[in-house]
Amino acid sequence: MNMAETTKLTRKEKKALKERMKHLRSGKLEKRYARMGYLFMIPWFIGAGVFLAYPLISSFWYALNNIRITPLGRVFTFVGQGNFTQILIQDPDFLVQLVDYLTSTILSTPIIVVFALLIAMMLNMRIKGKGFFRLIFFLPVIIVSGPILKMLTAEGAGSISAIDVQSLTAAIGSVLPSMLAKPISDVFSNMITTLWYSGVQILIFLSGLQKIDKSMYEAAKIDGGSGWECFWKITLPNLKSMILLNTIYTIVFISSNSQNPIIVLIQNSMFSSTKEKGYGYASAMAWLYSVVVLLLVGLFALLLTTRKDQYEKQVKRNKKLKKKEARNLKRIERRNSRNAKRIEKQRAKGKITTHTTSRSDY
Amino acid sequence: MMGTKDREGFLKQFSVYALLICIGFIYLYPILHMISSSLMTLDDLLDSSIKWLPSSFNLENFRQAAASMDFWRALWQSVVLAGVPTICNLLSCSVIGYGLARFDFPGKKIVMAVIILSFVLPSQITMIPTYVLYSNLGIQNTIWAFVLPALFGQGFNAPIFILIFWQFFRQIPKVLIEASRIDGAGYFKSFYKVALPSAAPAFITVALFSFVWYWNESYLTELYVHGIYGDSSWTTLVIQLDNFSDNYSSYQQTATNAATNLNESINMAGTLLSILPLMILYFVLQRHFVESIDRTGITGE
Repeated sequence: MNMAETTKLTRKEKKALKERMKHLRSGKLEKRYARMGYLFMIPWFIGAGVFLAYPLISSFWYALNNIRITPLGRVFTFVGQGNFTQILIQDPDFLVQLVDYLTSTILSTPIIVVFALLIAMMLNMRIKGKGFFRLIFFLPVIIVSGPILKMLTAEGAGSISAIDVQSLTAAIGSVLPSMLAKPISDVFSNMITTLWYSGVQILIFLSGLQKIDKSMYEAAKIDGGSGWECFWKITLPNLKSMILLNTIYTIVFISSNSQNPIIVLIQNSMFSSTKEKGYGYASAMAWLYSVVVLLLVGLFALLLTTRKDQYEKQVKRNKKLKKKEARNLKRIERRNSRNAKRIEKQRAKGKITTHTTSRSDY
Repeated sequence: MMGTKDREGFLKQFSVYALLICIGFIYLYPILHMISSSLMTLDDLLDSSIKWLPSSFNLENFRQAAASMDFWRALWQSVVLAGVPTICNLLSCSVIGYGLARFDFPGKKIVMAVIILSFVLPSQITMIPTYVLYSNLGIQNTIWAFVLPALFGQGFNAPIFILIFWQFFRQIPKVLIEASRIDGAGYFKSFYKVALPSAAPAFITVALFSFVWYWNESYLTELYVHGIYGDSSWTTLVIQLDNFSDNYSSYQQTATNAATNLNESINMAGTLLSILPLMILYFVLQRHFVESIDRTGITGE
């Protein structure tokens, strides 16, 4: 369609164009209805503004400052990225704790999720006392809280005394480099507390498993599929979104758990009164930590998202193309009518002579 | 032995049972340890031949632990401190979830992304400015430090609840709401006359989880409500447990009868007492807890 085209659309073509555009644009009533959604969301907007956005921004501002509390109030001295560089380069504790945290999280998250999946599958089978076992496995969710876990691990009830931790540590230490061995042995020695985190995941997997259509399994068995194949080809694809959900939940839960040593570090330096530390320093640490957690979650999310259906993608692309085409048509029609009006005016003034050809010449 | 198509084989069933019982025992091991050692007297503790079963059924430890923890007052305050924000959470999260589910306002995707982001961010990042904010607003050290954010959709783990409600309200057929609008109901009426009554499972789920999580959240409670410098009158069972050894030594000095020194069994008795209310709640309402996640439909149809 080039700019020199001056044909006007006939009435029939205009109608057809309008029909095509109608289902691409929502009408006025729908738009007004959609805006009512804002009314329901007002509480959230207020809450997010006051309790989420404002502390977030001021926390970032704190991280850029060095704050001292004097009897006259808070004294801010702008340090720029001084806090961040100080943490990364000078502070020995933080980096070590961060790496510890990363390794232990990356190790324990798959363990927890896989464990929850196994237990959910076992609970899904036809066994007696299913309700009783569900009860036991969900119990830790109700009980787990900071001080209680602290008490339990202090009394040594957090590990299984039957498993000889010392020999296991020695065995692992001789095989793997010490950097890897230490987190692994930590995970083993805190096996109970690690497993106690999996209560909610078991329930989510269980309810997801119960929604899978049983007839698929029957069809597979008729066609000669073994149990292993059934698991990989039927169960797992149906559970993909739940695996993602559980992984993210586990990571977030571990990260904000007050048992975490890095959290303890941040919290301690929050209320410390020495000169280098204090609010600004702790804020910078908290920001670094949050960025790391976000990256971790993003990494796992990337690994585990279900790929979008190819067909859906095509449909979306076609819709977009249609919209574009309709817009172009409209623009051209408007331009044509403008040109036509201009030419009419000038012809009436007698300045231009045009040769009007009738359509039948073509 | 391995089973035919329909009947699970004996070996398979046996191994599943064995595995489940083993893992169940591993799960319950800390709690059993707690119960058994809290019933022991000092002699039993020192006697190395007694490992699991105490020689006598002795409630003395419980009495001392309860007295030092100021049990009944802490219990009542825990209930209030967990219950009131739960109700506020319910109210605000249901409204927000409905708004997200029913209406397709511009910017909805951004709002949902922010909600999920606020779930992932650790709460430590905003802890200090929030503390300053609460002090400026004057709600620090009162229960309003919990209630006010919960009323506006920013309570503990509120994004999870908003998502639960969102998923739930999405499943209500649109024609139901349209029928109510034809009959002349406005926006709010169709919310609380049509959508709410059918949302009972979601309400129960959110109420239970919110209560349990508010009860168990010790650090933020200590920071915002109890006040780090301890000048408020609010306390919870969990906080008392945290300061158990201090409380016990001060109790010991003022006790009229001879109280034993702090030992492992008293520690365990105190721990058991602080989880007892929740455990009773759990056993009474177990069906609702366990089936709740299934009913909210967060795992899809």
